[in-house]
Amino acid sequence: MTVASVAVGTDRLADRHHILSVLVENKAGVLARVASLFSQRGYNIFSLAVAPTDDERFSRITIVVDVESVPLEQITKQLDKLVNVVAITELAPEESTERELLLATLGVGAAERGQVIQLVGIFGGQIVDVGADHMTVMLAGAPGKVDDFEELVRPYGITELQRTGRVALPRIERRGPRVGVSAR
Amino acid sequence: MKMTGAQALIKSLEMQDVEVIFGLPGGAILPAYDPILDSPIRHILVRHEQGAGHAAEGYAQVTGRPGVAMVTSGPGATNIVTPLANAAMDSVPLVVISGQVATTSIGTDAFQECAITGVTRGITKHNWLVTDPAELPRTIAAAFHVATTGRPGPVLVDVPKDVSNASMEWYWPSSLEELDLPGYHPQTAGDPELVGKAAQLILEAERPVIYAGGGILKAHASAALRELAERTGIPVVTTLMARGAFPDSHPLCLGMPGMHGNYTAVTAMQRSDLLIALGSRFDDRVTGKLSAFAPGARVIHVDIDPAELGKVRHADVAIAGDCRIVIEDLISALGRSGIGPVGSMASPGSPAASRPSQEPWMRQIRDFQERFPLTYDRDATGALKPQYVVETLRDMSPEDTIVVSGVGQHQMWASQYWRFDHPYTWVNSGGLGTMGFAVPAALGAKVGRPDKTVWAIDGDGCFQMTAQELVTASAERIPVKVAILNNAYLGMVRQWQEMFYEERYSEVYLSPDLPDYVKWAEAMGCVGLRVESPEEVAPAIDKANSIDDRPVVIDFRTDAFEKVYPMVPAGASNDDIVVGPSAGEGGR
Repeated sequence: MTVASVAVGTDRLADRHHILSVLVENKAGVLARVASLFSQRGYNIFSLAVAPTDDERFSRITIVVDVESVPLEQITKQLDKLVNVVAITELAPEESTERELLLATLGVGAAERGQVIQLVGIFGGQIVDVGADHMTVMLAGAPGKVDDFEELVRPYGITELQRTGRVALPRIERRGPRVGVSAR
Repeated sequence: MKMTGAQALIKSLEMQDVEVIFGLPGGAILPAYDPILDSPIRHILVRHEQGAGHAAEGYAQVTGRPGVAMVTSGPGATNIVTPLANAAMDSVPLVVISGQVATTSIGTDAFQECAITGVTRGITKHNWLVTDPAELPRTIAAAFHVATTGRPGPVLVDVPKDVSNASMEWYWPSSLEELDLPGYHPQTAGDPELVGKAAQLILEAERPVIYAGGGILKAHASAALRELAERTGIPVVTTLMARGAFPDSHPLCLGMPGMHGNYTAVTAMQRSDLLIALGSRFDDRVTGKLSAFAPGARVIHVDIDPAELGKVRHADVAIAGDCRIVIEDLISALGRSGIGPVGSMASPGSPAASRPSQEPWMRQIRDFQERFPLTYDRDATGALKPQYVVETLRDMSPEDTIVVSGVGQHQMWASQYWRFDHPYTWVNSGGLGTMGFAVPAALGAKVGRPDKTVWAIDGDGCFQMTAQELVTASAERIPVKVAILNNAYLGMVRQWQEMFYEERYSEVYLSPDLPDYVKWAEAMGCVGLRVESPEEVAPAIDKANSIDDRPVVIDFRTDAFEKVYPMVPAGASNDDIVVGPSAGEGGR
């Protein structure tokens, strides 16, 4: 995999981690089937995000997989054998748009509040809750940027932190306009 | 037409042309047992649900049709987990219907509740929990479709009791689209370009071997395989799951490869420069130490399951597709290169005309066969050799006898010493290695092929696990025959303890006469016979073969010290095959 210099900062795990966008039937137990396939075959999941798509019959699971132990091809082939899995797309980082959301509650009183607000402003995040000596900040962005933000707010004292795991879509091909949509 | 979910369930099975269900009723599946009384489908009442599953597998393996088993919730369902796992490993089309507690009770730890779809998720090709009676016909149709197409396998349909009791309007899906399987599209046709590349590799090979697996039988590709082998003159090994897929008495047949394969099959693969893997999956019992397996061979791999391609061994040409279709395409492609029907000459200038001569390779193979035939100590005095029992049974039984085995030494001797000349005459538990498979699977095989003689070759350890199904066989008048190779031990484990644990025998002794197998057989309504010396073998078999109105069990008291050879020790290279206890030439 070529390491493309992209504006998302350094992704230290990029060589090992691949993103699979898995379109599944929106039925009971499907997530369990996908998750247990990974555990049964000893594949590692780095993160996983799931939500319905615009078509209510289907959901999309975005899985970041660790391919150090097992070739990605074997993972996708085994996933494809699941009857409820409709389509699998591998999203190479340079060919996809990835985003992740972070929520963090920081132990920040009045004295440091201004610094944090400034930091959130630089990153384009939001302050979503404020108390006397705590505040909750939110940042949605490319995973590397979210990593950087997490590092920078850490010294202020993180009381709670939750990240969503990545979601991703293929990048739009930057060519001249053409009719129809490529089937992915 | 209005009917109950249970009636729709049984009617759906009728629509699938199910002729027999192996099962055992209980609370949650009770509603489905009522319409069985009015159905033309035969129900065979087993004595343990594991027996239902293996019987359905035996039926499926000899008929090529899906086997069907029906069980109740909770323990009924968990008892059939082993057959489901077995069928998943051996790609057997098996449809299990399980009862479930009412949808209103699911999740409450109700009596006999077990979330069986969760338990069996990883050992079924797919499973369904039906929560709406209107979904029953569609789900049953989908279940049979999934079980029997692509790579065959087991499926489970879990039906809660209130769904069975509820009323629904009958319908039957008329198209695949109605089955609502948007993610299921098995690929059967091979890529023509890849088939062309495979033909090219065959034309270049000096030492090719066809590595035929169970997929040949699943794809009904035996005739195509024979055509391919004969046209190209390429020798064939048949794996444990493929015994009978290519006739043992054919001059190109090298027999079984693997841990207990014969020297020629194992060594031909090791020395080959092209392995043509057809419906086989490079199982560890075949490859031995993977890094040392067939080191000089290029690989053509054909399998209907794309995930098998490249899973274990890199394939130079990997073709996803149905074995029969791909082999037929390959025969056509070779024909275009000048390899025509047997007896035809390659036209001058065709690619086939410059094909390397196969003669030196076949000479080498004949040399292996002469120097290292499958053998045992035939002159041993007194002791009854298990191999002798298998050979005599083979020679005294009809040529197309169906042989069913359990797992262990007896399984290997049966596979080695029987002569399989017909497809679908060998039924055993390959991938999962399920002890106790033989008796119920033999029962199912006999139900599927009542016209054929069915012999189970079983071990004493295996027999004790599932023998109760002989009660089923007696009650249902299913005249199977069982040869117990009774060596009073868990023989294969004993063999490993002798060879690899310094003869420290731990928990392997079973006793030759506890239980008394003859009395036990008689108690189960069978004829029981005992054989203690070589002279008694033939008369006992003769008598057993003459009985056709009830099951027969022969207790063969065999030599407990006999070991299965050849053997490639676990984790060793196939080059280190040990051909016998007193093997010359360093065991090679």
